[in-house]
Amino acid sequence: MTHPTVPVRLYVGIFVALILLTGLTVGIAFFDLGGGRFHFANALAAITIAVAKALLVVLYFMHVRYSSRLTWIFVGAGVFWFAIMIVLTLADYLSRGWFPTAGAWSS
Amino acid sequence: MSEHSAQVAHQFEDAEQQHEASTLGMWAFLITEVMFFGGLFAGFFVYVLGHTQAFAEGSRHLDLTLGTINTVVLLGSSLTMALAVRSAQEGRRQGQVLFLILTMTLGLAFLGIKGLEYAHKFEQHLVPGPLFRMDGPHAQFAQLFFSFYFAMTGVHALHMIVGVGLLAWLLVNALRGRYSAEYFTPIEVSGLYWHFVDVVWIFLFPTLYLVARHA
Repeated sequence: MTHPTVPVRLYVGIFVALILLTGLTVGIAFFDLGGGRFHFANALAAITIAVAKALLVVLYFMHVRYSSRLTWIFVGAGVFWFAIMIVLTLADYLSRGWFPTAGAWSS
Repeated sequence: MSEHSAQVAHQFEDAEQQHEASTLGMWAFLITEVMFFGGLFAGFFVYVLGHTQAFAEGSRHLDLTLGTINTVVLLGSSLTMALAVRSAQEGRRQGQVLFLILTMTLGLAFLGIKGLEYAHKFEQHLVPGPLFRMDGPHAQFAQLFFSFYFAMTGVHALHMIVGVGLLAWLLVNALRGRYSAEYFTPIEVSGLYWHFVDVVWIFLFPTLYLVARHA
């Protein structure tokens, strides 16, 4: 079978990047980035870093970068349906005016 | 599977196609897992918006140091898992055995630290139920935060236990020399599962420990 092996250096590099991003996300949590009552900026920073870490794991550790188009479609479908669940759920709840914190999203 | 492990099942054209089908099958399963954990995350997001202060109060009762250590431990186990798969691709048995043992050790360390955190929560009466005790106006919905905490980390830990079981099975087979550069699909596919459980934690950690801390 033709499976190009990923160099050990790259794996270790990805691991170091993951550790640095973990340090960054913990560090940021100690600062108040503002953004209204829900502290939207803090949440956005934490989620952005989590997405970056997940991408590194999925693309390199899980070999998706080196996988077939069909694998990409499967992974993409998973992300897409997950996005539908989160976006539609929050679009509904946030637009009902039930939450005092919801204003933070627009401020 | 084991008696013709290095061969191609009759429904496949070649080993490459067989390997591709197995990987794709695992991805299909992982997508159902995305939906499973996704529902919990969606529920958490809705309630954190409605009860931000109480969830922040709950979040501040979590042990950030142990949570961070556990994140590093789990990321480390993903590295060793990736190296175990790499050893298999290159057909190096010693590498497979070494890295599978390391991955198991780190996985068990994660579960141990998680158990320690759970024990502290029991001591501090932060487990939802009749023994839950918290002062202040946020007690009721902080209890809901802890329900989410135990459900999400508990289900994640269950996946870790299954993963450690898979690793033990791989280790036995690797010691018997079942995997070679021509046939290593079980290690690769179990690796996908292990990394996925890591990805779930990558999102669980900021969601539970970090996001609501400041509110």
